[in-house]
Amino acid sequence: MPDSAQAPTRTLNSDEPESMPGAACPLPIFDHKQVVLGHGSGGKLSAELIERIFVPAFSNPLLDKLDDQAVFEIGAARLAFTTDSFVVTPIFFPGGDIGELAVNGTVNDLAMSGARPLYLSSAFILEEGLVMEDLRRIVNSMRCAAQAAGVQLVTGDTKVVNRGKGDQIFINTAGIGVIEGAVNISAANARPGDQIILSGYVGDHGMAILSQREGLEFEGEIRSDTAALHTLVAAMLEASTDIHVLRDPTRGGIATTLNEIAARSRVGVRLQETAIPVREAVSSACELLGLDPLYVANEGKLVAIVGRAGAQEILDRMRRHPLGTDACIIGEVTAEHPGMVIMTTGIGGSRVLDTLFGEQLPRIC
Amino acid sequence: MKYFDEYRDPRLARKVVDEIQRAQTRPWVIMEVCGGQTHSIVKHGLDFLLPQGIELVHGPGCPVCVTPLEMIDKAHAIARRPEVIFCSFGDMLRVPGSDGDLFTIKSRGGDVRVVYSPLDCLKIARANPSRMVVFFAIGFETTAPANAMLVWRAYKEGLRNVSLLVSHVLVPPAIAFILQSPQNRVQGFLGPGHVCTVMGYREYEPIAERYQVPIVITGFEPLDLLQGTLMTVRLLEQGQAVVENQYARVLGREGNAAAQKLIYDVFEVGDRKWRGVGSIPKSGLKLRWEFREHDAERLFDVREIDTREPEICISGQILKGIRKPHDCPAFGQQCTPQHPLGATMVSAEGACAAYYTYGRHLKKADLVQVAQA
Repeated sequence: MPDSAQAPTRTLNSDEPESMPGAACPLPIFDHKQVVLGHGSGGKLSAELIERIFVPAFSNPLLDKLDDQAVFEIGAARLAFTTDSFVVTPIFFPGGDIGELAVNGTVNDLAMSGARPLYLSSAFILEEGLVMEDLRRIVNSMRCAAQAAGVQLVTGDTKVVNRGKGDQIFINTAGIGVIEGAVNISAANARPGDQIILSGYVGDHGMAILSQREGLEFEGEIRSDTAALHTLVAAMLEASTDIHVLRDPTRGGIATTLNEIAARSRVGVRLQETAIPVREAVSSACELLGLDPLYVANEGKLVAIVGRAGAQEILDRMRRHPLGTDACIIGEVTAEHPGMVIMTTGIGGSRVLDTLFGEQLPRIC
Repeated sequence: MKYFDEYRDPRLARKVVDEIQRAQTRPWVIMEVCGGQTHSIVKHGLDFLLPQGIELVHGPGCPVCVTPLEMIDKAHAIARRPEVIFCSFGDMLRVPGSDGDLFTIKSRGGDVRVVYSPLDCLKIARANPSRMVVFFAIGFETTAPANAMLVWRAYKEGLRNVSLLVSHVLVPPAIAFILQSPQNRVQGFLGPGHVCTVMGYREYEPIAERYQVPIVITGFEPLDLLQGTLMTVRLLEQGQAVVENQYARVLGREGNAAAQKLIYDVFEVGDRKWRGVGSIPKSGLKLRWEFREHDAERLFDVREIDTREPEICISGQILKGIRKPHDCPAFGQQCTPQHPLGATMVSAEGACAAYYTYGRHLKKADLVQVAQA
């Protein structure tokens, strides 16, 4: 049993009944000897990888905050710095492509600190055989996205790998932005009583990708929501600087993001299922596949945790912005049940939204 | 969302719950047979809405859970072979065998693919004529017709590089098995809506009669489940051991005749092992002799694999409704979806995983908070 060889032996307590003989667990697959796809899911496996491999190696005060970007001061300037890699398949999908995603994703990671994005780098890993016209299309949409976001791509790198050693194209972008004004935004800053604002419909990006990837019949109806969110953030900060947490709920969806916030801020989160906007096509597709839209990726949405007093003003301002017309308050932060996200279901019951282990898997029936 | 929202109306739900309360004069133990029903109950928090004294216990209807470990090991042995493209429904990928899961095999270079329909295997087989496409055909009567269709089409088309690893199980023998157990606590059943969409419910009538239990064929939405519970409670209170159909908007007594014909054209009934339960006579499907060229167990000679399941968890008793997930001291402690000790923790439809995912591993004080949230 190679997989369990390294696993700690699990012994049971002596006061347990006889139906549970003190046997070692034959099945733990948490201590992987090799990387599995779930390590990239944004769920518990990803967190484990970061905590066990990366943080111990690189630990420092900026990294240890585990925000989506590092925020630091150089001279008089407060800067935000981040990086992200894009490996999406297919590289073109309804509503966008890998290039647009690579620009917007990094712009958003900067924006979630309240920063104004300035400069991006871009590194391309190309697979031998990639169609040149596809590359041109991707680069062009990066140019358009950068222009729209008001950022410049100021440095870059290109590598080509053998056919079969990559998946057409991988793109890494890093970005730097400047934080102006007195804002202090971090996943650790949520406080009991804060209101939770969601900027619009959830699950669009993940279901657009899935429908395209799997050739499912509902493709076309669902488009990726990829968008740069920094102007929305700027508008929110104009309404009130009492914004405690900003996150873009990408991999793992809003459920995972809210769990991270609950854990980092040591607070509870209470949601109303009926308040969370999900498009009909997305919820139908999710029902069909046995997926939960609250765990599906978004690329143009944000979750804001804001002081109660300024919440309505921020919400009104968001609704006047084209990327926030469907914004709404979906719940609040509580002192009770710290670290847990609890949702009142549409039918009036309640349930816990936990962080997923790995990727969501379509159910059999 | 049309066709869903109608069945998730909190005011109607409240009304049905009140009616259950009015109908009920004593405690009852009711089993929902199907894993999809368990998932829905826990996902929507329905068990918090039910009146005290109505206990829902979770049945054996999770296809992933009841697939025996030796079958998982056979699947893994086949999936490791370089000439094989191993296709499966998504939730089988994380089920641990004796040595890793299908994700692990994939990370070591195995060609493991998730399909949404078994018929996707035909496309894959046509595109890869030099390789063997093996589909892991598990599940109840619900998935059997599409799996049968895959075999039938491969056979007609002469696609010899398509085969099935078959571990199909049938619901009625499992219900009878539960009722025969001397420890049985179940007094009424919410019958499996999807299974009966294919099979109808005629075959449940002799079970209700013989064991003197009411069976209400029930759907999967919150209001379906509450209404099914209400109908079952009324039958129990009246002492009527009959089959009723809550899911009439979808199915009738005879089911889908074309699908049934297809199943029995391709498969025949045989004995099957159920994980955590053991062998149940005539409780499964196997490929008919004419289709032996598409039988992966035969082609890859894995029939000798015979994994003995270590006796470490109470999933067998949970699958029979004798005990509940939190009756197990390992639940939420040593045993989590990250470290499943047994079948019911592995799939989202397994009772233990559903309890865990939706927070039922919490301490009682926290659960009270959940109920009041």
